[in-house]
Amino acid sequence: MKQAHTDSTTGADQGSLKSYGTGFILAIVLTVIPFALVMSGVVSRSVAIGGICAAGVVQIVVHLHYFLHLDTSSEERWNVMALLFTLLIMAIFVVGTLWVMVTLNSRMM
Amino acid sequence: MFGKLTLAAIPYDQPIVMGAVGGALLLALIILGLITYYRQWPYLWREWLTSLDHKKIGIMYIILALIMLLRGFSDAILMRSQQALAVGASQGYLPPQHFDQIFGAHGTIMIVFMAMPFLTGLMNIIVPQQIGARDVAFPFLNAVSLWLSVAGALLVMVSLGVGEFSRTGWSGIAPLFETQYNPGTGVDYWMWAFQVAGIGSTLTGINFLVTILKLRAPGMTLMRMPLFVWTALTTNVLMILAFPPLTVAFALLALDRYLGMHFFTNALGGNMMMWNNLFWIWGHPEVYIVILPAFGIFSEVVATFSGKRLFGYESLVYATAAIMILSFTVWLHHFFTMGNSPGVNTFFGITTMMIAIPTGVKVYDWLFTMYRGRIRFTTPMYWTLGFLTTFVIGGMTGVLMALPPADYVVHNSLFLIAHFHNMLIPGAVFGYFAGYAYWFPKAVGFRLDETWGKRAFWCWFIGFYLAFAPLYILGFMGMPRRMEHYWNPAWQPYLIIAAAGTALILAGIVMQGIQLVVSIRHRHANRDLTGDPWDGRTLEWTTASPPAVYNFAVLPRVEDIDALTHMKATGRANTLPERFEDIPIPNNSAVGFFIGILAFLFGFAMVWYIWWLTMASALGILLLIIIRSVDDDTETVIPASEVQRMEAVRHRQARPALRPLPAGGTMS
Amino acid sequence: MTAQALRHAVPLEVAENHHAVELQTFGFWIYLMSDLVLFATLFATFGVIGPNTAGGPTGKELFDLPYLFGETLFLLFSSGTYGMAVLALHDDKRGQVLLWLGITFLLGLGFVSMEINEFHGLIAAGHGPQRSGFLSAFFTLVGTHGAHVTSGLIWMAVMIGQVLTKGLTTPVRSRLMRLSMFWHFLDIVWIGVFSLVYLMGVV
Repeated sequence: MKQAHTDSTTGADQGSLKSYGTGFILAIVLTVIPFALVMSGVVSRSVAIGGICAAGVVQIVVHLHYFLHLDTSSEERWNVMALLFTLLIMAIFVVGTLWVMVTLNSRMM
Repeated sequence: MFGKLTLAAIPYDQPIVMGAVGGALLLALIILGLITYYRQWPYLWREWLTSLDHKKIGIMYIILALIMLLRGFSDAILMRSQQALAVGASQGYLPPQHFDQIFGAHGTIMIVFMAMPFLTGLMNIIVPQQIGARDVAFPFLNAVSLWLSVAGALLVMVSLGVGEFSRTGWSGIAPLFETQYNPGTGVDYWMWAFQVAGIGSTLTGINFLVTILKLRAPGMTLMRMPLFVWTALTTNVLMILAFPPLTVAFALLALDRYLGMHFFTNALGGNMMMWNNLFWIWGHPEVYIVILPAFGIFSEVVATFSGKRLFGYESLVYATAAIMILSFTVWLHHFFTMGNSPGVNTFFGITTMMIAIPTGVKVYDWLFTMYRGRIRFTTPMYWTLGFLTTFVIGGMTGVLMALPPADYVVHNSLFLIAHFHNMLIPGAVFGYFAGYAYWFPKAVGFRLDETWGKRAFWCWFIGFYLAFAPLYILGFMGMPRRMEHYWNPAWQPYLIIAAAGTALILAGIVMQGIQLVVSIRHRHANRDLTGDPWDGRTLEWTTASPPAVYNFAVLPRVEDIDALTHMKATGRANTLPERFEDIPIPNNSAVGFFIGILAFLFGFAMVWYIWWLTMASALGILLLIIIRSVDDDTETVIPASEVQRMEAVRHRQARPALRPLPAGGTMS
Repeated sequence: MTAQALRHAVPLEVAENHHAVELQTFGFWIYLMSDLVLFATLFATFGVIGPNTAGGPTGKELFDLPYLFGETLFLLFSSGTYGMAVLALHDDKRGQVLLWLGITFLLGLGFVSMEINEFHGLIAAGHGPQRSGFLSAFFTLVGTHGAHVTSGLIWMAVMIGQVLTKGLTTPVRSRLMRLSMFWHFLDIVWIGVFSLVYLMGVV
């Protein structure tokens, strides 16, 4: 008996070998890139930092889409909204903390 | 075997403490003795301690809150009386070591163990009923949250007689709370009580968010939800997102204290100011967690007792959402004086001023709801009117302090203390008391005595002004907070007036106790047979009082805001359903209760360094979670025939009581 | 109030189960959101006291990037193998579910072992979390992630036991899907860790 694919989880499309495989390959590539940038030393520091951040962000999106099945469908609407709002709050906390604390530290020296 | 714990931990040399401990133990023994004498243990276990019914869990939360109110208020009496006496040559009767524990306990108890359980209890009883649901999304998790709160409260209570409580305030002081300066048990008790309760609150937030978003009755769109549900929803979002930083802050402090790390220490790379940052990232949303449900209650009460739809429903919703979002952006105003740059201070000053605006919108909405309404001056309405007049003053003092230069003058003075009590008491506490009076008949089945309720209100209301108006003046006169003794005799008259105010509030509390006794004695005369004693506007008034375990025999169909008013207008109220269905009900579970016990033991063991017990209790909690998780038999079905029978009984009992409400609202 | 333990016919149970599963899944997602904020706070803490090496070693001196790459692959592969377990779950292939869960468990265990080994080495060399604010923050952030992974492994072991004893019932499926969410979420957090803590520390 084949279980219906629309119940229980975070997405309508429960993924297939192809989508998991694609996500996996992308993730590997996006892991190798930042490691290579840093370990090889061929690029400048700021380029490496940019590469690390970009690869990280893209890989996170890859995981969210291919492994956690997040997309723009209506089934995922609440999940996506919850995530976006959480990201907003995280940004406020992290940026706020860094701004507050780094400014304080500089005034203590 | 017992870690640091020895008999010397009991403060034999402090008569006041021993007296309090003796009194508390005596009271506990009397209660336990009575339960045993009347052979109520099986009843208590079956109907309450192992219940997963959100209504019972809610009642237990409120009982916890009321007990802790008494404890926290005792601390207030001690502080006020000490300060009224201890000027110049007189040292009062409380030594500094003791006084310092009192103000820390007072704050911790009132916020974490009075306000949080009270609002959580009210949400528990009412939110599922207001959205037309049968229970919360995760009834078992709900019970775990309750028992974790109880565990935390127990840790605070035990600290009175075994060891001592924290002397570094309810909000902590870095690096004073590190092991180097405070190696005793005080900081640890505070830390673990807070942490354990905090996890319970995070779980509650998750539970109710899912409940509100996923379990609303058919037709109840978000913009048809009662305002109490909207405020509950925003409160839950705050709980989910704001508690993790607190969990982290306490975890880091624990790592400092137990493993010698350097997060908040003075040396080796610690950053003491980081504590303030992390604590208040939680702390500011926390005060909105505490106030938003009260705003929701006021919305319900104003609409019902003005006999009118809420004015500006949408603006109330958007204002609530705005408060929720803005509450994440103001936290630095708790430490303007830590010396940040003008840019940083100004930014947070502006956001702090902004957050007053949506609250102002709400005040106007409530006033316009009352305008041209047919107002019934019931006890809940009294609390609401007391709130509307008094809260605004506190709000204005908050806007005043939002200006960093002004805050530099009054930070940590009694002006600040007056401001936040002006928010918490007329705001949160009056709100909870209004909710308590409003929903008591729903939860318990009979109405509270109106006369004693109003008397208690007047004592609280006048007592509040007497207790806190002088503090505003003292703040401007330069008196700092948390002073166990002072030299300036000009301050004393004001502190005496404040103590008198406290005495009046005490009278109010005593009257609330009398109200309860009188109401119980007259419960048959005041029984609420219809389920709708106030001619209400929302769905909770369609259930029985108290409701059947399943709340609704048939899920209601909602077609407008004020769902019940609409049903009454279209003739759909008070009708027996034609078809009944089987209803699944969660089974009782002892696991939540035992998790609570183990959480208490874990906290106690961590305080006293009893390592084998910390490991055993942690392992026990893990095992209980696993055991619960493999249990697939967690529900029982009530057959449709049984539901039909129960509903028929209820309607038979209700019929004689279905008569129009007299003007004035008092039913007795 | 009387309640009779009458087991009703299948349709009610299945309908209730589907709705319960949806609630459990969404509720777990919301819990993950709270966990995200928890990690964000730890990252913020690391950002603030990371520079506070107090005369002790910096990340650049301590981090072993090839070792880290190996760790990362263990975790990433375990995400992949859990995906295979989920596919087998959809095809109702109990044996394959167990196989892939087992492999995932071993890969996860490999990750945790490597991390414990790394911590042990640092502590033995005198670079433990008590040495400086930087090291306190490092050990706590990375260690919290490791503690989450360990919790996931315990959960996985319990689930292997449940699949063996109960088979692929609806509650078991729902739990496996929630564990899946947890496992992938931890891999996402790890991306943050290796990028912002290790790579940024060395670059």
